[in-house]
Amino acid sequence: MIDELFTISTLIGILHSCVRLATPYLFAALGETFGQRSGVLNLGVDGIMLMGAFFAFYVVFEGHNLWVGVLVAVAVGVLMGMLKAFVSVTMQSLQGISGIGLYLFGLGLSSLLFKTLIGSVEGVSGFRQLAIPLLSDLPGIGHILFNHNILVYLAYLMVPVSWFVINRTTLGLKIRAVGHNPEAADTLGVSVNGVRYTTLMIGGALAAVAGASLSIGLQNVFQENMTNGLGFIAVALVYFGSWRTVGVLGGALLFSLVNALQLWAQALNIPIPSEVAVMMPYIMTIVVLAFTARQIQKPAALARSYERGE
Amino acid sequence: MNTRVYLAKLIDVLLPVLAMLVALLVGILLLLLLGSDPVKAYSALIQGALGNVSGITQTLTKATPLLLVGLGICIAFRGGVINIGGEGQIVVGALAATAFAVSFSKLPGLILLPLTLLSAAAAGLVWGGIPGLLKARLGVNEILTTVMMNQIALRLMNFLLRGPLLDPEHVAAGTSIPQSAALPESIWLPRLVPRTLFHSGAILAVLLALAVYFLLWRTTIGYRIRAVGLNPHASRYAGIPVPKYVTLSLALSGMLCGLAGAVEVLGVHHRMLEGLSGGYGFSGIVAALFGKLHPLGAIPASALFGALLVGADKMQRAVQVPSALAIALQGLVVLFVVSSDLYVRRRTRRRVGEDGPEEAVEGAQFEEPPAGTGEGANVASADVASEGAGREEDK
Repeated sequence: MIDELFTISTLIGILHSCVRLATPYLFAALGETFGQRSGVLNLGVDGIMLMGAFFAFYVVFEGHNLWVGVLVAVAVGVLMGMLKAFVSVTMQSLQGISGIGLYLFGLGLSSLLFKTLIGSVEGVSGFRQLAIPLLSDLPGIGHILFNHNILVYLAYLMVPVSWFVINRTTLGLKIRAVGHNPEAADTLGVSVNGVRYTTLMIGGALAAVAGASLSIGLQNVFQENMTNGLGFIAVALVYFGSWRTVGVLGGALLFSLVNALQLWAQALNIPIPSEVAVMMPYIMTIVVLAFTARQIQKPAALARSYERGE
Repeated sequence: MNTRVYLAKLIDVLLPVLAMLVALLVGILLLLLLGSDPVKAYSALIQGALGNVSGITQTLTKATPLLLVGLGICIAFRGGVINIGGEGQIVVGALAATAFAVSFSKLPGLILLPLTLLSAAAAGLVWGGIPGLLKARLGVNEILTTVMMNQIALRLMNFLLRGPLLDPEHVAAGTSIPQSAALPESIWLPRLVPRTLFHSGAILAVLLALAVYFLLWRTTIGYRIRAVGLNPHASRYAGIPVPKYVTLSLALSGMLCGLAGAVEVLGVHHRMLEGLSGGYGFSGIVAALFGKLHPLGAIPASALFGALLVGADKMQRAVQVPSALAIALQGLVVLFVVSSDLYVRRRTRRRVGEDGPEEAVEGAQFEEPPAGTGEGANVASADVASEGAGREEDK
């Protein structure tokens, strides 16, 4: 029976799922990378994702265009990012715990809104497959890489875009400076708080799109707590990827590969003790973190509040 | 104690209450926006939680695991680490208690009960101790590892409740509800009020609150845990083995959460089932923060949040306002409480002196730590310090 998992068509199917399932991880973890590179740990990603997922779904459910849904989600994400920035940057609160506050707020509010405004689990027709002409006709690779909905492509596009913004723009330089040495950056006239507000709003927007990619892209439903802790994994992926966009991409693919394998094993009724298998990515993350915690260069000012001297 | 210090302490205690009030105000706005009647909703909430014996006993029943988790969070925070793994530690505690009690159900209750509680404590200890050890020895961020351990615990539960721990009667009857067999009746925690769920686990929790207070403020171990939490650098120079106490505070934290799981099994459900952790791992953090990270403060705080959870359920049934409101309110309380810390920190700094260096502030707290001040700076510096220490050892 295990052979069934290794036929060519199944392998293509698994890899296709892997590429597709990485979408929310990518959006959320890339957004989190911006915040962490500027020195702010946002543990509330999961809450922002849920809010984004709900609002995108609600807008589409009410009969509006899918892109309007994405835009509304972005707006909500930016607001949630501002809330986090106000608490962590302006009020200089303990970042880990304020993130938990934001998570609970997003979890509670999205469930409250869902139950009040929609009530029961409904479906919508989300973004449809957009096969890229010619490329999607390539044998194997075509289906794996070029036969997805547009949010999937966008997620992968965000990898080089994020890399470019962080490493090749003035904003990126400021982000890295603020994350590494806020005192020095401040002396040079960079607004530490301004930069951190910006990165948290970018992170919020991307986390909300991550949520939207679930509710109007991959699953096309909204349920209470539908992210199931995915946002927390996204935070860990940033550490996993050593704060580099390529590393984040690798981590996201790893997690989605395991998810894809599990989905397909279930679909094909292959008796892998799947509960044990699904523990693997988490155990692996801990192991990787344990081996790399000392070597990697994390933003020196990560999770440290900055208060200007008098 | 002079009036100024006294007043400052009073404000410290009142700040969380103020945060709660502001959160409730935001809740009113939310309800108005959603077209619900806030007066009806809130009165249903209060009525449901405190209006009659049934409500009050349910509140206290919910407060029990919240208090136990809250105590664990207090220890971790005081030791300068953040434990977000409460959910997972509750689950492994409950699983261990169930597995032990079901396997040795022939033992007399008087022996079985303490051993069952011990196995839950041990499981929680391990589940919290692993992130503690990784943090202490390798500098791995404990927030991430505790989050991962939560996910692993949930998967472990899914596996055990569908396999080894699945109720044999259910298997025989052909139903497939993922829950364990019932625990022997001899070790069910006695009910304090007949025909309610309110059980004697509450007494255990309050006793443990006193014990944690004693541990933290009256023993050398507790003194060292707090010293490491306040200033790991100074602690290291004072000869305190910092890694050991970092591990210990997370392990003890996990142990209390594990006990929370056991108490839920032994007192409420009498078997292990899915969803047993019920968000207590997070609500316990809220209660601990609300109680200013003081074990005795956690007692009224957990009662308050127990009331909020019970009241919200009743509100949902009575006036159809979703109970999720309570979760959103908890989130707001956390956001407001952690924000108000800025005020406390600034005042502390003023008291120490103009432009006093951070060390001076921490040194001052070293003598007589005012409850819950300056946690922000301290936890962050613990993080940096343990990694800094690691680098030096590497060379």
